Amino acid sequence: MAELEYIVDVRHVKKSFKDVQAVKGVSLTIRQGEFLALLGPNGAGKTTLVEMIEGIQHPDEGEIFIEGKQWKNHQHELHQMIGLSLQETRFMDKLTAYETMRLFASFYKLDSHRVDEVFKLIGLEEKKKSFVNNLSGGQRQRLALGVAVLNKPKILLLDEPTTGLDPNARHEIWNILLDLKKEHNTSLLLTSHYMEEAEFLCDRIVIMDQGTILAGGTLEEILKLGGHHSLDELFINLTGRHIYE
Amino acid sequence: MNRITNHQLYRLIAAHLAEIVREPAVLFWGIVFPILMAWGLGIAFTQKGEVHFRMALVKTITGQDTIKETKLASYLAANGVIKDSTYSMLLKNEKLGDVNLTFFETSWTNAFTMLKQGKISLIVEDRTTDTKYHFDPANAEAKTAYQLISNLSSYGPGFYNDNQSSIEPLTLKGTRYVDFLIPGLLAMGIMMSCSWGISYTIIDRRSKKLLRRMVATPMRKSNFLLALIIARFSMNVAEAALLFLFAWLYFGTTIQGSWPALIALFLAGNIAFSGISILISSHTANPEIGNGIINALVTPMMVVSGIFFSYHNFPDWTIPIIQYLPLTMIADSFRSIFNEGAGFMDVWREALVLTSIGTVSFIIGLKIFKWY
Repeated sequence: MAELEYIVDVRHVKKSFKDVQAVKGVSLTIRQGEFLALLGPNGAGKTTLVEMIEGIQHPDEGEIFIEGKQWKNHQHELHQMIGLSLQETRFMDKLTAYETMRLFASFYKLDSHRVDEVFKLIGLEEKKKSFVNNLSGGQRQRLALGVAVLNKPKILLLDEPTTGLDPNARHEIWNILLDLKKEHNTSLLLTSHYMEEAEFLCDRIVIMDQGTILAGGTLEEILKLGGHHSLDELFINLTGRHIYE
Repeated sequence: MNRITNHQLYRLIAAHLAEIVREPAVLFWGIVFPILMAWGLGIAFTQKGEVHFRMALVKTITGQDTIKETKLASYLAANGVIKDSTYSMLLKNEKLGDVNLTFFETSWTNAFTMLKQGKISLIVEDRTTDTKYHFDPANAEAKTAYQLISNLSSYGPGFYNDNQSSIEPLTLKGTRYVDFLIPGLLAMGIMMSCSWGISYTIIDRRSKKLLRRMVATPMRKSNFLLALIIARFSMNVAEAALLFLFAWLYFGTTIQGSWPALIALFLAGNIAFSGISILISSHTANPEIGNGIINALVTPMMVVSGIFFSYHNFPDWTIPIIQYLPLTMIADSFRSIFNEGAGFMDVWREALVLTSIGTVSFIIGLKIFKWY
């Protein structure tokens, strides 16, 4: 079978909640091994779009293909293929980091060997026996990332993985992601509020606001669009406001 | 062994159990509190010894200023102890138990205040020619006090000791209040443990987006719910065993009926409330709403199902409804096994109805269950 050009292919997807149109006909693609950043302020529709790709929400219109497969008929295969981290997920407080990882590993029929590997990857070996509620914000995010990569996913979908973290903790997460790209050719779709996260990590950037894509391409390509010097400037020009508003 | 410990059902059960046993408050409310309740209520309503009735004594005596002039007063003066306007008197009876009477001599205003504060239940108006009794006829304690005092007033303290030979105190097992209470507490334990332990856990995990995160993996949804039910059932077994052990050691509670019937009913009760708990927690992600829903389910049943006192005091038309509430069915059947020697054939209908309620609720709950 010929290799597909895109591992993720989103075609004209729309989604509404009651009277709010969260996503208004969005299309985007991601190649194997490509890191794509989805930038936008709160309420831009990023999370809804990512949750549709994750199979958690179902589009009202349009189609989503992951490695050529759709959620409707390939749920089991797609769950095996993707790794994800949701915004603000809280694991069970009274489980240790190790028990949490073992629990999720069991869903993929993985044993303690893989769990140990992941702890090494996320640099949380010393905190294996700590209860989740005793972990710092950065450590919890690393645990969430560890859970996301347990099954060696072909594609990682991370919804604001570094929100609320200090610069050091943020850099630690970025380095883990870059290692994954180098070693496993993992694809990544990441939503973020942080321009520098997109610039540092991603091959392509998509800017979204009010349910639509305003611009997309490599950093150079999108800056060239209006002769801007920075992503901030471009963003203000496109949306009339700062990304963090 | 590795295959078992790596299995998702094993891991889910272990995770749910760890969460329960690592929370000291859960252990207190699940295990210690029911035992304390059994101990407190068992002691309060089973203890023998003196019964104490307190009354206000108001004098309405024309032309007299001493209590000695009326019949009641003369009995009190002759047989009681008078101290600072308080008259005490002990009525003795070996079979009925002793009764201690205390009369506070006071004004009308003060007597009504004492009545409102619950310090007394009866006002005795001692008049020159006769005695009047002021009390709420719906209050059983006041009614008993009235009967005692009116007899005392008419026949003197000797009346309480008459006809001892006609009284045969019951010492049969299963007739004490605590024998009524323990099966009820065991039934209530199942309801409380399932509704809070299953429903609240589901709602809490939904609100923390953990359910959403879990179903975004190849986890089987049924395994998640099954693990939650199994973990809770294991806790319920431990809670019930400890409560029974305490009742057996402290109150001498025994099971006169069939153990297999008791186990079958315990299982059916757990199935019923597990199913109901899944159903009521199938939608909401808001713990405060969840709190309200759970309370709306458990509070009415706790009040009407006859856990602490018999539901036969409710109006007749409500009894057939009350009898078919899941908690009533469990409590009544437990009582018949504990106290009346019931066997499996006596409770199989209840066990079947409870299992059906649980299964139907579980299926509906699963159909409408919101994982996201």
